[in-house]
Amino acid sequence: MSSRCRTNNSFLAVATMLALVACHREERHNEPNPFGASIKAGESPPTIIPGTAPNSPLDPRAADYDNNAPAIAEGQFLYTRMNCVGCHAHGGGGMGPALMDDKWRYGGRIDQIAATIAEGRPNGMPAWRGKLTEAQIWKLSAYVRSLSGQPSKDAVSSRADAMSAGTPATLTRREPVKNADTAGR
Amino acid sequence: MLALPLCACSIQHYQSTFSDAAVEVRQFNTLFAIFLIVCAVMYSLVIAFLVGGIVRRRRAGEAYVVETGKHHETNPLMRIGIMVWGATVGMGLIALAIASFFADRSMARAAANEKLSITVTANQWWWDVQYNSADVSKTLRTANEIHLPVGVPVRIILLSNDVIHSFWVPSLAGKQDLIPGRENDISITPTKVGLYRGQCAEYCGTQHANMALVVQVEPYGDFLKWWQDSLKPAMKPTTLLAQAGYQYVTTRECAMCHTIAGTSAGGTVGPDLSHFASARSIAAGTLPMNEANILRWVDDPQSVKPGTKMPKVPLRPAELNAVTAYLETLK
Repeated sequence: MSSRCRTNNSFLAVATMLALVACHREERHNEPNPFGASIKAGESPPTIIPGTAPNSPLDPRAADYDNNAPAIAEGQFLYTRMNCVGCHAHGGGGMGPALMDDKWRYGGRIDQIAATIAEGRPNGMPAWRGKLTEAQIWKLSAYVRSLSGQPSKDAVSSRADAMSAGTPATLTRREPVKNADTAGR
Repeated sequence: MLALPLCACSIQHYQSTFSDAAVEVRQFNTLFAIFLIVCAVMYSLVIAFLVGGIVRRRRAGEAYVVETGKHHETNPLMRIGIMVWGATVGMGLIALAIASFFADRSMARAAANEKLSITVTANQWWWDVQYNSADVSKTLRTANEIHLPVGVPVRIILLSNDVIHSFWVPSLAGKQDLIPGRENDISITPTKVGLYRGQCAEYCGTQHANMALVVQVEPYGDFLKWWQDSLKPAMKPTTLLAQAGYQYVTTRECAMCHTIAGTSAGGTVGPDLSHFASARSIAAGTLPMNEANILRWVDDPQSVKPGTKMPKVPLRPAELNAVTAYLETLK
């Protein structure tokens, strides 16, 4: 009985360690992939396909930034410093669309958001290519996804880096990602 | 042997708590000396009595009771001795309280007479320095280097943009924390012309060690001249290479975070670069200022100071040379 218990315990310990090793939450990407490693300079890969065609495959760079705690935290830093707040507020929207709801005019995948930031969109979203580096755009995208609760709960911080009176990011309700048409606000 | 390098540091006073380069640090060191002397005397007395007691007990070879509670049984000489000792401790404590009260009052008096106000805002991992003036056009923003006039009481307002940092220029004053959402301050009245090094003294993240600042104390005339010169807009680039760099810096990633006075670059996220090349160091004391280091820093800040908020901008070699040439002209 006791030996079996010990076996169970050691199995648990090994499993816990493996789980920790598998956790990429804290992995930092200070060195971005060389510019244009996967795309040609000056354009983002097509992320929106008209009609009922299946979605384009997810950009491989997404793995470095999605569900990554430092990326989300630095994205939050950029979100306020680059004045995203000016139009989108803290996710609730204003002059620009809300980012914390379930509607995504140009897609809610991280690479689609990155393309939106890099290239800009009609009706006011400016293009940030050449103003922000690629890594910064991806970090911003990772943070924007956290506004509607998309990343896993262990990747977002329960305490915001900036002072905040709002609820912690870990309590953000996850909204379904719906590709909204442009008619709805 | 180990103490020798420490002595060498304290003579130079570049970064030393034993300096006498400011009124505040001198007052504080006097207070420290009073504490040290009073406590050393008390401690020696305690040890002397302890040794005396042990020796006496050994000689007597029997239990020697100092105080039984029955007063008529106690040695009267011992009773008087204990009372005198108690009075000595009380007087020592009163002396320390009076000394620290006067030191505190005189520091507060200096703070009330401030002639110059500077706002230092800590960021991960650099110091934003703003010289306040009633005339807004004279307000000056710089980074990682503080110029102070000798003999003038200065009030330094301490703010933080992210986490708790601590402002510490050991040769001029004690530590004071910079706390996000709060306003702290510290007063400095420098008395000796010279160059002093400061350092963030509260762990603030991966690059805490590379968050240094330099304080240059200079005569009042030199200080005013420096202020006037620093208010001038940045120099216009003259060579073709520097002009290409100007074009890149003012229209691309750099301008999103940095201000260069007199150009369209007006970001406030990072340090003001208007007179970047006149600074002694790059990235808050990380690298000495020279052309090779400017190039190294601009090319890949993340390898020089891993974790810094400055991103690696994918510059082509020609762009890198141009940006470096332009930054070098920002004297």
